[in-house]
Amino acid sequence: MTTDAKLGAAPHFEPEDLEHWLLMYEQMTRIREFEEKVNELYMKAIMPGLAHLYSGQEAVAVGVCAALRADDDITSTHRGHGHCLAKGASVDRMFAELLGKEAGYCKGKGGSMHIADPESGNLGANAIVGGSAGIATGAALSAKMRGSDQVVVCFFGEGALGQGILYEVMNMASLWKLPVIYVCENNLYNEYTHYSEALAGEITARPQAFGINVESVDGQDVQQVYEVMKRLVARARRGEGPSFLECKTYRYYGHHVGDISRSYYRPKEEEQEWRANRDPLKILAQRLVSQKLTDDYILERIRTEVQAEVEAGVQFAMAAAYPAPEEVDQDVYA
Amino acid sequence: MRENPDHKAKTERELTFAEAIREALADEMRRDPRIFIVGEDVAEAGTPFKVLSGLVEEFGKDRVIDAPISEPGFTGVGVGAAMTGMHPVVDIMFGDFLTLAMDQIVNQAAKVHYMSGGKLKVPIVFRTTLGATRRSAAQHSQSLHAWLSHIPGLKVVIPSTPYDAKGLLKAAIRDENPVVFFEDKMMYKLKGPVPEAEYIIPFGQADIKRAGDDITLVATSSMVQVALAAAEKLSQIDIQAEVLDPRTTKPLDKQALIDSAKKTSRAIVIDEGYESYGVTAEIASVIADGAFYYLDAPVKRMGAMDVPIPFSPALEDLTVPTEDTVFEMAKSLCRRN
Repeated sequence: MTTDAKLGAAPHFEPEDLEHWLLMYEQMTRIREFEEKVNELYMKAIMPGLAHLYSGQEAVAVGVCAALRADDDITSTHRGHGHCLAKGASVDRMFAELLGKEAGYCKGKGGSMHIADPESGNLGANAIVGGSAGIATGAALSAKMRGSDQVVVCFFGEGALGQGILYEVMNMASLWKLPVIYVCENNLYNEYTHYSEALAGEITARPQAFGINVESVDGQDVQQVYEVMKRLVARARRGEGPSFLECKTYRYYGHHVGDISRSYYRPKEEEQEWRANRDPLKILAQRLVSQKLTDDYILERIRTEVQAEVEAGVQFAMAAAYPAPEEVDQDVYA
Repeated sequence: MRENPDHKAKTERELTFAEAIREALADEMRRDPRIFIVGEDVAEAGTPFKVLSGLVEEFGKDRVIDAPISEPGFTGVGVGAAMTGMHPVVDIMFGDFLTLAMDQIVNQAAKVHYMSGGKLKVPIVFRTTLGATRRSAAQHSQSLHAWLSHIPGLKVVIPSTPYDAKGLLKAAIRDENPVVFFEDKMMYKLKGPVPEAEYIIPFGQADIKRAGDDITLVATSSMVQVALAAAEKLSQIDIQAEVLDPRTTKPLDKQALIDSAKKTSRAIVIDEGYESYGVTAEIASVIADGAFYYLDAPVKRMGAMDVPIPFSPALEDLTVPTEDTVFEMAKSLCRRN
């Protein structure tokens, strides 16, 4: 078990890996800026429906996906924008999907909670809590049966620990030594309820009971997430079976964009504390700067470029066409 | 409407319903290495009904996989495998257990293709059972095919003969969509002609199991034999009943239903699912819509009684349509009292 990262703490970076870490910083920034824009679109009533923002949890998606190959698969959740972007989705087609446009990843038929992109190894976000645990485990069984060395990551929040199917498939994954990694993002809240009110015992004791390899990391520290994931992925690829990775993290916004009065379930001070001292972008930035591997100018330039990309993505999506009415009954059957 | 052209005359070989299922699976598994079976007690046990006996010996435990007693889990695992290049046949021992796996079938398998804008597909078969009168009581006797037929994205197959079972199961396995395949557990020992040679029965093609001009008995799965026996009895009082088997409820061969009702002017729909909001209601509505001006009587429905299926034989037998109740209903509809 690793310890929580603090601002200013300085694990060692290899200078030759700088580009790698700057790419992770860029991906985390992309997710942050994307979600800020989604919130804005919702507030301006430009986006139909709802969205569940990933802000605050960026180091998990980015650290996990950076340890995967392009042909490895992930399954995602209702809070899935970060996973999709980290696995390689592009901002413009993501926005197009969120606005229900034909150019979106699912022709506008899926929306925020159902973005799937098999080309980037994304088997789909899922609006049923725990609903993709079976799919991820089945994809791992498939990889094994096909003799491929692909690894599958199943993202879910700690709320999914209440769903029985998760335990059923972890049991099978362990019995059959499947190359699947269950990534539990513990952001402390099952929707509007602190997880301690919903979860008995220890989270990590549950996968341990199935004989699954378990790790727990600070999910605000992309370096920790990435380093541990690299080990778990290598292990799975070698045929040594499933792992469970608990990432301790925090959701900056509410359960969804409309959940703005949150004081009845968590104090403002708690949110401020995480934003000020446990922010995944700040933790990585300060570490890189303090080791003189980069400077504020470069990081600011990354942010500016990503903001321009996000703005262009929104413009693309706003200008894109809605699906034609004839699309409504297409794709029901293959 | 397409009758099976004299297959019954041309083949000598008879198989049971269970053997026909097993033969279809074995043929397909030899043809396509992506196909595998997963479910409870499917390997050495060959299922409680012994439908799969012998398959693990030929195909090994990697392709005939015994799963824990976890219907949602192994159903979901099947869905994920189907999405990534495999073609699973998931065995759900009793149709009643579909309720446990419903999220994976209805919210995942049925919707993935549409939700992904057509990019992902789920080629998978869920084999399960229906049918009462086995003295198995309320949780092992239901016929829940109407539930699945309600869901866009699923196909639903309900064969009534060994011949149809083999040809339809092959079609199910070669389909690129999730298919729910219901087998009447009381019919596993029913024998009938089954050619050894390859044949496929396409979905959405009803079959006339017996031709007649006076009344149409639309019957599904377990109710086909009941309807045929009633038709035999009706012929003795000079009522010639046509027995029409839709064979798949989704897609449904609406034209065959309408054509037969137009020909006979009377129809009874007989299905072992619960009568309220059931398959009989859908089919009766298709006939009423499409053959209204040809009908001489209201379309009648006969389904399972709207009660949890009782254990006691004295009660259970009252809950499903029988040869006698179908005979009486047909007789009264033809005004021969």
